[in-house]
Amino acid sequence: MWTASLGPKPRMSEATPAFQFASVPQQREAATLGMWTFLATEVLFFGALIAAYSAYRIAWPDEIAAAARHTKVALGAINTAVLLTSSAFMASAVAFDEAKRRRPVVLCLLATAVLGLLFIGIKGYEYCLEYQEGLVPALNFQLGRYGGIGELFFLFYFFATGFHAVHLTIGIAMVVMLAVRTGAGHPPHAPVLRMVGLYWHFVDIVWIFLFPLIYLPGRVG
Amino acid sequence: MHGPRPNYLTAETTIRSWLFSTDHKRIALLYFASITFFFLIGGLAAVMIRLELVTPAADLVRPDTYNRLFTMHGVIMVWFFLVPSIPTTLGNFVLPLMLGARDLAFPRLNLASWYFYIAGGALTVLALLLGGVDTGWTFYEPYASAFSNGYVTLAVLGIFLSGFSSILTGLNFIVTTHKLRAPGLTWYRLPLFCWSLYSTSVILVLATPVLAMTLLMLVAERVLGIGIFDPALGGDPLLWQHMFWFYSHPAVYIMVLPAIGIVSELIPAFARKKIFGYKFVAWASVAIAAIGFLVWGHHMFVAGQSLYASLIFSFLSYLVAVPSAIKVFNWVATLHKGWIRFDAPMLYAFGFVGLFTIGGLTGLFLAALAIDVHVTDTYFVIAHFHYIMVGGSVSAFFGGLHYWWPKITGRLYPEGWARAAAILMFFGFNLTFFPQFILGWLGMPRRYDAYPPEFQIWHVLSSAGASTLAVAYAMPLFYFFWSLVWGQRAPANPWGVTGLEWLTSSPPPPRNFDTTPVVIRGPYDYVDGQPRPQAENV
Repeated sequence: MWTASLGPKPRMSEATPAFQFASVPQQREAATLGMWTFLATEVLFFGALIAAYSAYRIAWPDEIAAAARHTKVALGAINTAVLLTSSAFMASAVAFDEAKRRRPVVLCLLATAVLGLLFIGIKGYEYCLEYQEGLVPALNFQLGRYGGIGELFFLFYFFATGFHAVHLTIGIAMVVMLAVRTGAGHPPHAPVLRMVGLYWHFVDIVWIFLFPLIYLPGRVG
Repeated sequence: MHGPRPNYLTAETTIRSWLFSTDHKRIALLYFASITFFFLIGGLAAVMIRLELVTPAADLVRPDTYNRLFTMHGVIMVWFFLVPSIPTTLGNFVLPLMLGARDLAFPRLNLASWYFYIAGGALTVLALLLGGVDTGWTFYEPYASAFSNGYVTLAVLGIFLSGFSSILTGLNFIVTTHKLRAPGLTWYRLPLFCWSLYSTSVILVLATPVLAMTLLMLVAERVLGIGIFDPALGGDPLLWQHMFWFYSHPAVYIMVLPAIGIVSELIPAFARKKIFGYKFVAWASVAIAAIGFLVWGHHMFVAGQSLYASLIFSFLSYLVAVPSAIKVFNWVATLHKGWIRFDAPMLYAFGFVGLFTIGGLTGLFLAALAIDVHVTDTYFVIAHFHYIMVGGSVSAFFGGLHYWWPKITGRLYPEGWARAAAILMFFGFNLTFFPQFILGWLGMPRRYDAYPPEFQIWHVLSSAGASTLAVAYAMPLFYFFWSLVWGQRAPANPWGVTGLEWLTSSPPPPRNFDTTPVVIRGPYDYVDGQPRPQAENV
């Protein structure tokens, strides 16, 4: 039940909640809690992958480091910056929405989506380079000299970055839809924007874990 | 009352109105029909297994077929019957009613979860029809990826899809319990079934994604031939066991926590007395869910994990016995000086308490490092987990089904037949599985189709018990259908109990309550055996 202590009083008091809810604030809280719960699921989904990868990184430190040196760390670093910047725009969109300024919301959402697409583009370019260098497991893997571990590393690499890219693509689609609807004068319910924001930041945080785990072994010292 | 008025069964009648319904009560019935179908398939495999084991020689089916039978039995029963059983049917139906809500928080997600379940079930059944899987339900590596010639990938993708169903159900229950409680319904006024469904949902949401990722890695290894778990290719087969049991041990609590919740409803209802130690029973569910995440290593005592890890896992496994025992003691204390009625749901609840206690105590044998070495992978383990998952959970499922049957269908079932079925089920179950404890202790390994002649007496007893059990499971199917046509019409509160679900008509209207109830007291409030309902304004 909504109380004043839980945050600013929601706007759109004229809207009617779905039948199962008693009030709009109740619906909004349910949606937000639903997204957090979903993100908890996602944490365990990526967490399982990261745990398995980490187990091998500890078991085969030298082989993993040697294989990891074949990743494109410069492109990965640029992509990290791109994604962090997109998150800043996403956060700004939410802030502008709270200030009820429609045009900046649309612009921020578009910037978020464009940076997301740029990330996907750079990632795709990386995949191309890796294909040319014969780094794709089961397809054309030519880095046999680390035993099976090199191929194992790149399997984890494609698994982790691939699942991340799928999540990001879903995020971009949602952000574009939000931008279009807001631009056309049909602002979505405020919790939708917040929920997409939560999701976007989550995808961002997954990358913040993946980048050092995947790109940086064997690069220092 | 106001004469006949539309209830959720009669409000709409087209097939479309069922298949695309977002009403939690209708979705519960969709799930009822589906899990009954899968129970029959899984049960059929069990019948074949028990028939093969009547004689010491492997003479009924080929050994390869036998492997496929016990795999099919395990896969279907675990993921397509036991995991969804109570939450998606009784939980789905009753939770919003107990909360005084008009539906779950996300009705469309609820429907989507059923479609994920059906899609996953269809893929898995397809794998079985094409020729089956011979890995056992645990898909141990590297056998499952490097050597098995069954339809592992298809079956695994089916399980993967059904996982979305689990996650969506868990998410929906968590949000609904937090946000859709009626005015006045504080956490400590919640019926204990809600607490146990909430704890179950936490496991569904946090454990299922780990299984999802693990299964995807298995598929990648099998399809691409890269050694994630295969030691010949640089992988680690123990990692599979760790990740598999990180889900599959908590999954045992997915199966039994809802059952515990039902029993916590039935015992106060039929002892006509407040539950003893409400807060302890409530928090024991949460404790079981939490500790349950930390005990998976007890499946790996002989697998080669470090002794120190085994010691800690052993200790933590003992720890789960504490909240479990708290429940049992509190149920028994609730009976003390109660006005006990031996209706069918109560008989099922008594059966549950006995079987759950035996299953739990034998679990302690298995948690002990030295004894576990002796009985690992024997029928002792089989008997132990069937006592919990079948003796316990299925008994409670039937108990709950009888208890809420008048609410679900608006009809009363024939009490005499139901009591007979409950008693028969208890004896049939014990006859099936108690001999398996002895078999396991004597050294009979699981998953074998042939055995030395001196074990035959125990196997024959077990198969005789299985036939009894089959009759006991079939009986409700007949008298429940009978009651739909000829059963007496049920009043709103046929048992004279206190919960909110009994304040609305039987069966309930599409949106459950005409006016949202205002809750004024906790559950299980009986004065000298007389119920005081949780709300009075409905």
